[in-house]
Amino acid sequence: MNRVLGDWRAVTVLLGPALLVYTLVMLVPIFWSLGYTVFEGNPIIGFTFVGWDNIAALFTDPKIGDALVFTVKYALVLTVGQVLAGYLLSLLYVFWLRKASGLIRTLVFFPVVLPTVAVALLFQALFAIAPQIGPVNALLNAVGIESIDWFASGGTAFWVIIIMDIWRSMGFYAVLLYAGLVDIPEELFESARIDGASGWRLVRHIVIPLSLPVLFSSIIFSINGTLKVFDSVLALTNGGPGNTTTPLTLYMYQTSFTYGEYGYGSSIALLLTILCLLVTLFIFRSSRRDLTKG
Amino acid sequence: MTDTTLETVARPTVQAPEPQRRSPLLWVRRIPGWLVVAVLLIAVGYPLVWLLMGSFKTQAEFLNNPTWALPEDWTNFDNYVEAFTTGNLAVYIKNSILATLPALALTIIIGVAAGFALEVMVWKGRGTVLLLFLAGIMVPGQMILLPLFTIYFQTGLTGTLWPLIITYTAIGLPLTVFMMATFFRGVPREIFEAATLDGASIYRQFRSIGFPMVKNAIFTVALVQFFFIWNDLLIALTFTNRDDLRTIQVGLLNFTGEFGQVQYGPTFAAVCVNVFGTLIIYLFLNQRVMKGMTAGAVKG
Repeated sequence: MNRVLGDWRAVTVLLGPALLVYTLVMLVPIFWSLGYTVFEGNPIIGFTFVGWDNIAALFTDPKIGDALVFTVKYALVLTVGQVLAGYLLSLLYVFWLRKASGLIRTLVFFPVVLPTVAVALLFQALFAIAPQIGPVNALLNAVGIESIDWFASGGTAFWVIIIMDIWRSMGFYAVLLYAGLVDIPEELFESARIDGASGWRLVRHIVIPLSLPVLFSSIIFSINGTLKVFDSVLALTNGGPGNTTTPLTLYMYQTSFTYGEYGYGSSIALLLTILCLLVTLFIFRSSRRDLTKG
Repeated sequence: MTDTTLETVARPTVQAPEPQRRSPLLWVRRIPGWLVVAVLLIAVGYPLVWLLMGSFKTQAEFLNNPTWALPEDWTNFDNYVEAFTTGNLAVYIKNSILATLPALALTIIIGVAAGFALEVMVWKGRGTVLLLFLAGIMVPGQMILLPLFTIYFQTGLTGTLWPLIITYTAIGLPLTVFMMATFFRGVPREIFEAATLDGASIYRQFRSIGFPMVKNAIFTVALVQFFFIWNDLLIALTFTNRDDLRTIQVGLLNFTGEFGQVQYGPTFAAVCVNVFGTLIIYLFLNQRVMKGMTAGAVKG
C-alpha cells in the first residue's frame, strides 16, 4: 500500500513544482528581505552596510508611530464595523427574510468581488464636493447640513475609508456568519420559545452565545486582512492629506519606491509582519480550540 | 472551518423560528423589516446605478445638473469611446487578461497536484510542508516585494508581464494548496486504498480518481483566485513600470491623473467597464463565488 501512496518519486513530481515556486518566490525573498534590513540603498545605486541603523530608526521615526496608530485604529474600527454589520445582516437573513433571503444575500455580496480601485474611484465621486457636489453631500444639504470636504482632513477621510470598506465587505461577513447561524439546531430555538424566550431575549441568550465561535473566526479573518490594508487607502486617499491616512503598508511602499530606501522599507515590512504574527499568535493562544475550523 | 462553511452555504435556508401567534395584521408588523431591507438595497444598489448614469453624462451635465439627475441622453457613449481611445483601456484589459490567465492556470495545476501529494499520499513531513504553505497566507505581500523587484530587475524580466505572472502564481499557491488539501480530505481514503490494491499507479489515481472527484472544488478555487489576481493592485503597481504594461487596476488608478480630476465622464465609463465586467461573471456564478470566497476566508 505505502509503496504506491508513499512513493517518494511521485511526491517529488506532484509536490515539487509547487514547493519550488513557493520557495523561490516567497520563502527566499522573505529571508532576503530580512537581509536588506541591515543595508541602505537600492539595486540601482547599490547597497551599503549600516548595521542596526534601520531597525533603530523604526523606534525614533515619528511617521512610524503615526502609521502604526493608523493601521491599528483602522483594523480595530473596521473589524468592529464589518463584523457587526455582517452579523446584523445575517440575523436579518435568518430571522426576517428566512427562505426569501437568497436574492438579498447574493445582491449584498456583490461588492465583495468588485475591484477595490473601481470602488475607491466611485466613493471619491460619491463623497466629492468639487467640481460637482456628490450624492452624500447633496443628501446632507437636503437635510440642512452644509457640505463637508471629506478628503480635506485625516479625521473625515478615515471615516470615508471605513464606510467604503464596510460597504465592500459586509455582504461577505453576512454570508460567513449566516452559515454559522443556520448551523444552530432548530430544536434549541423550539425549546427556548417553549420556555417563553422571544425577540431580543432569544437573540441575547440563545443566538449570540451559540454563534460565538463563528463570530470569533470572523474577527480573526477580519483583523488578519485589515492589518494589511493597502488597496483601499492607496486608491481612495493615497495616504493623505499629509500622512494622516497612511498605514504601515503604504508607508513601506512610499519609502521603498518613492525614496528608493530598500533597507528601511524592508524594516517597515518586517515590523508589519511581526505585527501580523503577534496578533495571530495572541488570538490563537487566547482560544483553546482551533478556530479556523469554526 | 472550510468544510462546515461549504456545506452550510450550499444548503438551502433552514426553517427559522416561526412566530407562535399568527394574527391577520402580521404584515403590519413586518413593515419595519421591509423598510430595513429597502434601505439596505438602496445603500448597496444606488451607488452602482449612479455610477452607470454618470458614465452617460457629459462634462456640462456633471457641472450644471444636480448629482442625482438622470443623464440627458442614455445613448451617449462618448465617454466609453474616450476611455478606450485616449484612456488606453483596451491595452489595460489585454494586459490584465495576459497576466491573469497564465498565472491562474499555473497556480491551479501545481496547487492541485501539491494538495493531492500533501493530503492523499502518506509520507513523513507532510504536515510540516502543509504548515509551511499555510504560513504564506499570513505574510504580507510587502515582505517579498523588494527582493522580487531586485530579482526581476537583474534577470531582465522587468519590462515584461512575466514578473506579474510569476508573482501571482506563487502568491496564489498557499490558499490553493490549503483549500485543495481540505477538499481532498473530504474524499474517502478507502477509494484510494482500493485503487492501490487494484494496481493503479499514483499518477493514474490522481488523474482518474482524485482529479474528477474534486473537479467542482477546483473550479471554485479557480474562481476565487481569479478575483484575487484580477483585482490585485499591490503586485501590479510594483512590477509595471511602463504605461503599456499596466493592468486594468493600475491603469484605472492613473485615470484620474491623465484626465485631471475634472474629467468625470471617461473615468466613470472606465470604472463601469471594470465593475460591470465583474457583474457578468457574478450573474452566472454567484453561488459558487460566495461559496468559494467564504471558504477562502482565511486570507482575510
